Amino acid sequence: MEEERRARINRLKWHCRRALLELDLVFDRFWERHEGDLDGQGEAALERLLELQDHELWALVSGRETTDDPQLKQMIERLREVSPAANFE
Amino acid sequence: MNYTVRKFDAVIVGAGGAGLRAAIQLSEAGYKTAVLTKVFPTRSHTVAAQGGVAASLGNSEEDHWHWHMYDTVKGSDWLGDQDAIEFMCRKANEVVVELEHYGMPFDRLDNGKIYQRPFGGHMSNFGEKPVRRSCAAADRTGHAMLHAMYQRNVKVNTQFFVEWQALDLVRDADGDVLGVTAMDMETGEIVVFHAKATIFATGGAGRIFYSSTNAFINTGDGLGMAARAGIPLEDMEFWQFHPTGVAGAGVLITEGVRGEGGILRNSAGERFMERYAPNAKDLASRDVVSRAMTTEINEGRGCGPNKDFVLLDITHLPPETIMKRLPGIHEIGVQFAGVDCLKEPLPVVPTAHYQMGGIPTNYLGQVVVPKDGNQSAPVQGFYAAGECACASVHGANRLGTNSLLDLLVFGKSAGETAVADLKNSVNAHKPLPQEAIDKTLARVDRLNHQKDGADVHDTRLTMQRTMQKHAGVFRFKNMLAEGVQRIAEIAGQVAQTQIKDKSMVFNTARIEALELDNLIEVAKATITSANARTESRGAHVRDDATDTPETPDGRDDKNWLKHSLWYREGNRLDYKAVQMKPMSVDTIELKKRAY
Repeated sequence: MEEERRARINRLKWHCRRALLELDLVFDRFWERHEGDLDGQGEAALERLLELQDHELWALVSGRETTDDPQLKQMIERLREVSPAANFE
Repeated sequence: MNYTVRKFDAVIVGAGGAGLRAAIQLSEAGYKTAVLTKVFPTRSHTVAAQGGVAASLGNSEEDHWHWHMYDTVKGSDWLGDQDAIEFMCRKANEVVVELEHYGMPFDRLDNGKIYQRPFGGHMSNFGEKPVRRSCAAADRTGHAMLHAMYQRNVKVNTQFFVEWQALDLVRDADGDVLGVTAMDMETGEIVVFHAKATIFATGGAGRIFYSSTNAFINTGDGLGMAARAGIPLEDMEFWQFHPTGVAGAGVLITEGVRGEGGILRNSAGERFMERYAPNAKDLASRDVVSRAMTTEINEGRGCGPNKDFVLLDITHLPPETIMKRLPGIHEIGVQFAGVDCLKEPLPVVPTAHYQMGGIPTNYLGQVVVPKDGNQSAPVQGFYAAGECACASVHGANRLGTNSLLDLLVFGKSAGETAVADLKNSVNAHKPLPQEAIDKTLARVDRLNHQKDGADVHDTRLTMQRTMQKHAGVFRFKNMLAEGVQRIAEIAGQVAQTQIKDKSMVFNTARIEALELDNLIEVAKATITSANARTESRGAHVRDDATDTPETPDGRDDKNWLKHSLWYREGNRLDYKAVQMKPMSVDTIELKKRAY
C-alpha cells in the first residue's frame, strides 16, 4: 500500500517537471510542504492540472486566468498559497 | 543487472526543437527512428522561448542573409565559425517557410506574409540600423513551434519513448557511436538502443548555476554522456547571462520591460546605466548591462540586506501601460519577489540563460573531434544539434532569436546528414561493445548500493553556489583558480552520491542523482576552460584582461582567437582554430565589437 502510494507520488512529482522555471519553482515548494498530506482527491486534482499545457497552467497558477471547476480551483489555491512570494511576505 | 537491446536505424535523445526537427527528417525518409525524452515533447524547455526566430525574409523592409551573417559574426565576438554562420543564415528562410507548412501560426501582416519585428543586435546593411527580422507567434513562439513539429512527427510515425532517461553513449573501440543506454522511468528497466545513427538534442545545462532562467530539466545530459565517452566539449566558458532574472528565483523578466521604460537603479536610487552606456542606457546589449549591474553590486551599491541585487523600477509608468503591455510581469513580481511592481521596484540580478558552447559539430550536424592531424574529424554515427551542440554559430555571445534558428537549421542538417549516411551504409548494425554497456550498469549499480555517501540535493546546491561565485558574470583570476579546485572536490562527492529511495517505479531521487553526474561534467568543463582563457571575449569577462590597443576591451586575438576543447580525462584542454573562411563570401574581418 505504502509502496503504491510512493510510486503514484513519484510519478506526479516527475510530471511536475515542466518547461517553465516558474512552474518548477511553485511545484518544488508545493512538494516540500504537502508531500505527506496529499490525499486521493488532491492527487486526482493535481493529475488533471498537470495534463494542461505549461502556459495554460501558469496562467491559472499566476491568477491571470481562472477556472470554475471546484476541484481544480481548490488545488490552484493550494499552489498559490505555497508560492515563494507567499513565503517572502 | 539485466538489460535488453532494441534496434533502430536512428535514436535521437531529446524532444525539444532540435530533436523534433531532426526526427522529421529521418522519419520522412522512412527510417525507423526512436526519440527518447525525459518529459513529454511539448514540455521541453523550447516552450519558454518567446522572442522569435530570425530569418531575413524581408517582409517588412529590405533584408539579406549576408547582413544577418555579419550581425551574427559580430555578436559572436568573432569566435563563431564563419562557414557555419553563413550556412545558418542562408538556410533561415527555408526552415521558417517549412515550419509554416507544418502549421506554425506565425503572426501575420495585413498582406498575409509573416510579420517580423526588430530584436537586439539584428541590423540592416552591415550594422547600420535595426531591421525587422524576427518571426514570432505572439510571445509563445517556442511553444507553437514544438506543437507544429510534434504533430508532424506523429504524422510520419516517429516512435517516442516518453519519460526515458538516457544514461550513456555506446562507443566501440574504433570510436564509432552505436547508440545509447537508457532507463525507463516507469519501470527502472535498462535498455540499449542500438542504432546506426545517434543524434543528441538534449538542450542546455543552465542548472550548473545557482541563479538560472533554465527549467529544472536543463541538466546537460548530452554533454555529460559525451564527456564520459571521451568526446571533448567546446567553448564551455561562454555562458550568456540575462540581466534581469528575479533575485533568488531566476525567473526571467523580459527585455520588453526596459523597452517600455523600465529603469535599473542601485541602492542610492541612481540610474547607474547612464554612467556605463550614456546613449543606450538601460537598453544596452545584454552583456554590457549584466556587467554594469555586477560592478554596482561588487562595489557595494547593491540593494537588500546582503547588497546582492539591483532594482528594476517601473513605478513611474502608468499602471494601465504595465498591465496592458507587460501583463506577465506583474504576476511574476507578486509570485516570486513578493513585490507589487506598480508600487515598488523589482529585485533583479544577472542570471545564467544560455550556453554558447557544447558538443563540437560542423554545419552538417556531425560531431567532430581532433584525430590524426585533422582538427575536425567526424565521429562515425554521432550527430548533435541545438543548445547542447557547438556548431559554432554563437561563438562567445549569442544574438536573441538565433537560438530557435540554430535548432531548426542544425536539427534539420543533423537529420539530413544521418539520412545520407544511412543510405550509404550497406552494413548491418556493428556489434555492441560489452565494455561500454558494463560502464552504465556499474554506474547505476554503484548508486543503488552506495552507503555513507553524499546527499544529492546538498551536493548539487554546493556546486551551483560555487559556479555562481567563481564563474559568474565577472571573472577574477584567483577566484577562477580556486573554483577549479572546489569543483574538483565537489566532483569527488558526486562520485559518491547516495539515495535513500531504492524503488524502481518513477524514482525521482535516482534520476536526480544521474542528472547530477551530467551537471558536474559541465561545471568542470566550464570552470576549467574559463580559468585557462586569460582574455575577455563576448560573455567571458575577466577582471585581469586589460584594455590596450592590441587587446581592445581585453580581447586578445593574437593568443585567443581559438576554440577551447575540454576533455574529461585528465581535466585537460586542447584548442582548435576558428573557421574564419565562410562558404562563399569574403571573411568578415576582425574588428572591435561596438554598438
